[in-house]
Amino acid sequence: MKYKLGTLAVAGLMAASPVMADLVFPSLSYRTGPYAAGGIPFADGYADYFTMLNARDGGIGGVMAKVIECETGYNTEKGVECYESTKGEGALVYQPLSTGITYQLIPKTTADNIPMHTMGYGRTSAANGKVFSHTFNYPANYWNGASGAINYLLSENGGDLKGKKVALVYHNSAYGKEPIRTLQELSAKHGFEFKEVPVDHPGQEQKSQWLQIRRDKPDYVIMYGWGVMNQVAVQEAANIRFPMENFIGIWWSGSENDVLAAGDKADGYKALTFHGVGDDFPVFDDIQKHVVDAGNAAGAGDQIGTVLYNRGLYAAMLAAEAAKTAQEIHGTADITPAMMRDGMENLEITEEKMAGLGMPNFGPSFSVSCDNHGGPGLIGMTQWDATAKEWKLISEFSETDMSVIQPLIDADSGAYASENNIEAGCK
Amino acid sequence: MFYREAGDFNTSYAEDQQTFPIKFDRYRYYVVLFIAIFVVPFIINDYWANSFLLPFLIYAIAAIGLNILVGYCGQVSLGTGGFMAVGAYACYKLMTAMPDVSMFIHVLLAGLITAAVGVLFGLPSLRIKGFYLAVATLAAQFFLVWLFNRVPWFYNYSASGQINAPERDTFGILITGPNTEAWATYMFCLIFTIASALVARNLTRGSVGRKWMAIRDMDIAAEIIGVNPLRAKLTAFAVSSFFIGISGALFFSIYLGAVEVGEVFGITKSFLVLFMIIIGGLGSIFGSFAGAAFLVLLPVLLKIVGVDWLGWPTDIVAHLQLVIVGGLIVVFLIAEPHGLAQLWRVAKEKLRLWPFPH
Repeated sequence: MKYKLGTLAVAGLMAASPVMADLVFPSLSYRTGPYAAGGIPFADGYADYFTMLNARDGGIGGVMAKVIECETGYNTEKGVECYESTKGEGALVYQPLSTGITYQLIPKTTADNIPMHTMGYGRTSAANGKVFSHTFNYPANYWNGASGAINYLLSENGGDLKGKKVALVYHNSAYGKEPIRTLQELSAKHGFEFKEVPVDHPGQEQKSQWLQIRRDKPDYVIMYGWGVMNQVAVQEAANIRFPMENFIGIWWSGSENDVLAAGDKADGYKALTFHGVGDDFPVFDDIQKHVVDAGNAAGAGDQIGTVLYNRGLYAAMLAAEAAKTAQEIHGTADITPAMMRDGMENLEITEEKMAGLGMPNFGPSFSVSCDNHGGPGLIGMTQWDATAKEWKLISEFSETDMSVIQPLIDADSGAYASENNIEAGCK
Repeated sequence: MFYREAGDFNTSYAEDQQTFPIKFDRYRYYVVLFIAIFVVPFIINDYWANSFLLPFLIYAIAAIGLNILVGYCGQVSLGTGGFMAVGAYACYKLMTAMPDVSMFIHVLLAGLITAAVGVLFGLPSLRIKGFYLAVATLAAQFFLVWLFNRVPWFYNYSASGQINAPERDTFGILITGPNTEAWATYMFCLIFTIASALVARNLTRGSVGRKWMAIRDMDIAAEIIGVNPLRAKLTAFAVSSFFIGISGALFFSIYLGAVEVGEVFGITKSFLVLFMIIIGGLGSIFGSFAGAAFLVLLPVLLKIVGVDWLGWPTDIVAHLQLVIVGGLIVVFLIAEPHGLAQLWRVAKEKLRLWPFPH
């Protein structure tokens, strides 16, 4: 019975999937709900890049790209529905932009042989490609972020953080808890005192947390927040006159939405990043010409050049480059999700490539391999200028402490492998 | 013409007291069961299972559970999300502690554990009622979610605090994990849904259910005629939490596969299930199904119509969804305050006389 049903299902699938006309990039976006302010620019950037490729280059390798949007509202149940409804359309790669949906899709995408790219979010230990064969989180992950922040503080303090106090204000969810273990290890290594300050979803009320910070007087505050929590935290930090230059957010806490509300008081607030900020790149001229002026901009078209728009753009660029790599490897323009996975695993991003795409120095140059689905983890620092109303990159993309992170990745992915009976190894 | 008892003679008490005393109704029920058991599993695919049928079946169990407490026993509860979380985490701990035991047993045990927790949080109901009890159960909701977020033992000390359902089977058929067949998960949930509905239906029309309803209608009068309020209220909490726990366990292990407690089992879940039974009909098993169907299936149908057929932008459709579902709730409640179940009853009455109403 099981076999019969199985073969029936396979036959049904084969009959259902049409001759591939387009390269399908589903976008599980959220333009509604509590995190819409962050979801809209990302979804716009992701869609606009493919629109531009279609208009400027005639698609990817001669095949048109098609973005199917599905609204998740950052809700895992809707995420399931979106995944099931788009996977039959030949979806090449999923970018769920939500830690909850990511966790759910890791086993599902692996079983369905579709790759997933969780750029700068999701399960950090997915960097171990030997266990997580279909999940990629290059170019940087949360633990790189934590280490990047500490490295930056080290460089500010002449390499010594002994006796300093660092507090972590985090979204009390899977996402926010990610850096805790890394920071604990780092605090043991560098001798600083580490304090956890959880904020419950959605984080509109943080008086008690910031009162605690005011009492404990940490030297630095690191924040892993998302959505309205960021704005409130920046405002509260300003209220207790916490020095903004000692307040560092992760990349999800470093967009225009998060700082504009606090006005001038947010000046000097810092955020980590793994890609370029601003619209001073040649690619934006192409977007203006082929997308905006042609009237094909996704959404309202008012987000271009914002931090999260750039991140969506960057994600789309990496997906398109991976598709090109897959086309080269397999010698066909009509790639399948399985081929896309190979493309992602062999992706190489160099300075020349980015310059050729009109995005010079937009992100670090890196290459992906089976061992390492997480890229090099190069982290830069940006700072908010409240008078000019723009983020400025104030450091190079620099290395993070892999001697601390790699053992953690190995341990966590090992636990996942044994929990799910996965044989670690390259395919 | 339909639903007529003419020519339908019952010759024993058992026949007279069956759930569907009218022959037409009974056959309709058998046909629905037949299709659900013998037809759907053969044509189901992942999309239908995961987008429509699994959430519908699982929410139906939760709605039945809450309906017993609110609809039959009159104890308002806002703790559904928390109790579902108890079921989910109990199931997770059992699954990981005893990998070789059948999923059936895990889910049932998770239900029993939730029943115990439900009784504990039901104790205040002996002293307070109405809105005050709602606030007390609200405390349960927040406390339980906080507990599962705070104590690492519950999520086996994983780095992110998420729980993931590992692959488990029953009778050699995979039930959880990514490699399951759609029909297997569907059948597994269907068995629990049918069993829950049968048990709930028979409990509510037996002596236990009559005691609940007596408490609901007027607790002092019930006490005077000999109903023990302590036992009646606590059994209602226990049975209700048992079903809610089962639905939470299924929700986590079969449907989602990975759960973050604050996001999945938050206060919105409590309200969602409460709305289901209010719209479906308080004190009605059919109403639980109707309410679950209304709130689970309608948004997905609206999405398919708006995005896939009409090609509208996804955000506009998402907003329209809220407007339309909200509007329909208001319309239904004004037109029929007793919910979809009452509409169904009225429709049956009308159909009896149709097409000659006079």
